[in-house]
Order: sequence, then C-alpha cells, then structure tokens
Amino acid sequence: MTSQQIKILMVVVALGALAVIVPNTNSFVILLSTRALAFAILVMSLDILLGYTGLASLGQAAYLGVGAYATAILATTYQFGLGMDFWLVILFGMLVGAALAAVFGLLAIRATGVYFLMITLALGQCVWGLAYRWNSLTGGDNGINLRVKPKFAGLDLGHDVTFFYVVFFLFALSLLAMYVLVQSPFGRSLAGIRERELRMQILGYNTWLHKYIAFIIAGGFGGLSGVLWAHTAGIVSPENVVLTTSVDALLMAVLGGAGTLVGGVIGSFIVFGLREYLSTLVPWWQYVLGAVYVLTILYLPFGLMGIPERIRQWRASSGKQADPKTLASVPS
Amino acid sequence: MDSLNFWVIQTFNGISYGALLFLLGAGLSLIFGVMRIVNLAHGSYFLLGGYVALTVIWTTGSWALAIPVAALTIAVVGLLMERIFLRPLGFDPLRQVLLTVGFAFLFQQAALDIWTGNNFDINPPQALTESVEFAGLFLPLYRVFMIATALAIGIVLWLAMEKTRLGAQVRATVDDAQMARGVGIDTSRISMMIFSLGAFLAALGGVIGGAFLGVYPGLDFEILPLAFAVVIIGGMGSLGGAAIGALLVGLADNFGKALFPEISYFTLYAPMALILAVKPTGLFGRE
Repeated sequence: MTSQQIKILMVVVALGALAVIVPNTNSFVILLSTRALAFAILVMSLDILLGYTGLASLGQAAYLGVGAYATAILATTYQFGLGMDFWLVILFGMLVGAALAAVFGLLAIRATGVYFLMITLALGQCVWGLAYRWNSLTGGDNGINLRVKPKFAGLDLGHDVTFFYVVFFLFALSLLAMYVLVQSPFGRSLAGIRERELRMQILGYNTWLHKYIAFIIAGGFGGLSGVLWAHTAGIVSPENVVLTTSVDALLMAVLGGAGTLVGGVIGSFIVFGLREYLSTLVPWWQYVLGAVYVLTILYLPFGLMGIPERIRQWRASSGKQADPKTLASVPS
Repeated sequence: MDSLNFWVIQTFNGISYGALLFLLGAGLSLIFGVMRIVNLAHGSYFLLGGYVALTVIWTTGSWALAIPVAALTIAVVGLLMERIFLRPLGFDPLRQVLLTVGFAFLFQQAALDIWTGNNFDINPPQALTESVEFAGLFLPLYRVFMIATALAIGIVLWLAMEKTRLGAQVRATVDDAQMARGVGIDTSRISMMIFSLGAFLAALGGVIGGAFLGVYPGLDFEILPLAFAVVIIGGMGSLGGAAIGALLVGLADNFGKALFPEISYFTLYAPMALILAVKPTGLFGRE
C-alpha cells in the first residue's frame, strides 16, 4: 500500500465512523454535524482555490448565499423543491453558484495575491449588499424563513437523522468529485500555477483559463453548500453572505490545512464544535477560537493536517539540533 | 429650491461621512503600501477606539480627553500586535492577513466582555451639537467638526510624508521595500510606525464616528468593507488617493441610500470591484 492509499483508507474509515456514530448520538450533535458537513462543502470549494490554485478568496460566502437564497425563494414563493424536485434545486443551486462565479471570475481572475483577496471581498460585498437591501426579493435584514423541509419517496428531511444522511451523502459525493478533480491532470496543472504561474505560461498552459475554470467549479460547490445550508439552518439571511462568513470559511481551510480538502472538513467541525458546543459551556469560547487561529497560523503553516509532517521533520532534525526558527518559517 | 436643498444637504452629509472614512482608510492604505498586507483588524481598531473613549468619558467626564487617550491606547495595541505577532512571520502576506483576522475575533470577544453587548453613543460636548446657519441652510456643527478634523489630519500627514526625511523613507518603502532596505532604510521600524499610526487614525475615527454611528458589537466588520472601498478606489499606499476615495465612497454611500435604497450597497461595491478588475492598484495607486 502506498502512503496515498493509506491516507484514502483513513479518510474513508473516518467518514464511515462518522456516518455510524453521529446518528446514534443526541439531536444536538446530529444537527451540529449536519451543519458542519454542509458548510464543509463550502470550505472544500474554497480549498480548491486556496490550497490547490493559490488564490485566497475572501468572498466565498457569496456562492453559499446565492445557493441558499435560490433555495429559499423557490421554496417559499413557488413551493418548488419540497418534493422530489429537491434534487432539481440541488442542481439549480450548483448552476447558480457556478454562473455567479463565471461572472465574478471574469473580473477577479486576472488579480493575484492580496489583490485577489480584495477583489473577491468587493464582489462578495456586492452580493451581501443586494441580500441586505433588496427587501422585495430577499426579505432584507430579516431574511427568509424556510418552515417546511422537503419530503419525497418516503423520506422526510424534517427528520434529523434522514436529513443528516442526505447531507452526508452529498458531502461525500462532493469530496469524491473534488478529490478526483485535484488528482486529475487539470488539478495537477492548477498546483503548477500555484507554485509558479510564469513557468506554466512558458510551458504553454493557458493559466487564466485554468484558474477561471477552477473558480467556476468552486462556485458550483459553494452553491450546493448553500442549498444544504438553507435547509439545515431553516433561515436564509444576509448573515450568510456577510464578510465574516467568508472569513470563517478561509480560516477553517487554513486551520485544517490548505491543499488537503479533508483539512477543511476538520476545520469546519472544530469551529462549529467550538462555536456551538463550547459556547454553551463557557462564555469565553471565542478566545479559544481566536487563540486556535492565531496559534495555527503562527506555528502550523500547514494546518492540523500538517502535524504528522512536522513531527517527522522534528524527529529527523532533532539529532542535528535544528534551529526552531528554520522550522517555523517553512514557506506556506 | 427643495430639490436643491436635498442635493446640498446630501452632499454635505456625504462629505462629512467621507471625512470619517478618510481617517479609517488612510491608515489602512499606508499599512498596505508599506507592508503589503490588508489589515482585517482595522475595523476592530475603529470599534475599540470608540469603546476606550467611552470608558474615559465615564470615568473622567471629559470628551476632549477621550479622543487622544483612545487613539494612543489603540496605537499601542497596534504597535504590540505588529511587533510581537506580525513581524516574526516575516514577508508572508497571506499568513499575516489571516493573523489579523484571528486578532479581529479576539478583539471582538474582548470588547464584548469588557463593554457588554449594548449599543452606546458617544455624546460630544453641548457646543458641538448645535447647528450653524450657512447660506440659508442649517448644518450640524458636529459634521463640520468632522470635516475640519479630517482636513487637519490630512494636511499634517501630507506634510509629514512629503516634507520630512521620515516621510521620504516611508514613500521609498511603499515604492520598493527591498530597494529601500538596500539603501539603508530600516523598513522594519517604518512598518512598526505605520502600523501603529494606522491604528491611531482608525481609533480616532472610531471616537469621532461614535457620535453618529454609535458604538456596538459588529460595527468592526460593518465598517471594514467601507474602509476597503476607500483604499481600493483611491489606490493602495497613496494618501491623496485615500482622501479622494473617502470622498467618493462617502458621497456614493449617502446618495445611494437616498436615491436607490434597494441597491444602495451594490452601487458602492460594484464600482469597487470593477475598478479593481481594470486597475488592481486602484485609481491613484502606483503600479
């Protein structure tokens, strides 16, 4: 078995354990896991940009937002998507997210580094501005309540375990799809662009197009995450598209380890866990969250997924009295 | 006459809001210029400035004292943050940016613990709450004060940047940090100073803006995108650009809300995205 196969096996086992254990816990944990999984799709979509293409986006919540608003508006105004047509809404949400990314990408893709961060922030704010102010469509500050969950073929998504499995299924499918994508030749050339764009251009790659396609794919998965989020939360409001939601997604990806996909899932579970579980125990939970972020960025440039590698490095160099500073400044 | 009044009043309000945004944006722009990072804790400095001012007002009753104390306190916070946390990361903008977010969350929680989740207003002295009559219009004196303050700060900053040796060093660092180091400029010290100057200005804005925006949890991330709009439109690292950007954003925000309330934020951020797409360094930024 190669180390790659071992890693895949570990992820499959972990997901299997999650699927078996979570439904047997209480409803609080089930809801929390459902949320974390729905949001993790967004984090993974961001990781395609951040970890595999080297584009740090600060506006990823926009795609979750359009997916969620599309779901909510279809469900409340047109009673659409509450039966078997739920699957059509899933498809539609992905298309809306991808379409938005196709428009935004035209503006954003040329920018790199911090400029990309800024332009995606501006674009994300455009969506937020519309969600917040366009009362007749979005319900403004109050948002839209989704009171009914879809029911079809004997499945009632209002039942928390059923809904958990639906979200889990779509999450696993997304993870698989994104994994295939990043392992494909296309994904490999994205990594090449991340490492050195100029070299890829010289080799004859159309780097703009590669980045643009990656951006659209990320937008599509963001839209999917939005559809699931809308039904998980039961309400869609400007809060979902606000800057801090994009920032959350970015931090979860970095916390778990950018460029690993599953790192984002771990990040999502940790943050949702801290936020929703720890907050019921202690009033100072946000210090823990903030400290976790700060320490991760300072000492774990590759996130939690980078810990085994760090230990290996430390072991390899401990005999040679390594200077801790050189370890801390591993380029990210 | 009524419609003319509307335009004059809205323009005046827009300019005074722009004055506030200038205080916030000028620091953000300089920090970007010198360190190449976007400081996502900049909104937090604005909010913390307001809170510290409140504490000073509650304990001493002096509004005039609150302004310098709050601005200097936050300048020290910025200085420590730059020295202890940002500097050791070296030149790695993405990690530095993410670190500022971590701090924004920590500041948010600290503010909630210290000053509770209530909404506060910073009440200026009686003399500033009156209105002055100018050409048949009644203009709130406080907004005139805001414009005057921003103007004074702007002029001082401009003189310092253009006429002093230190200012020349800052400009050199903005243009090419590596070259500046090469000719013996201590860019690390410049970063430290600019970062705490930025925190100082943001906190100053927070105190002054506290009178009509209020001081409340969440203000930090509400004001932050506006500061970005200022910096992007004006051009990153350019003081004059920040002034023009602040004016444009102040006016666009005011007229947008008055004329097309449903899409008012869209009319603000869409041009910002377009400007970035066409000219990533902003309208007045240097390549």
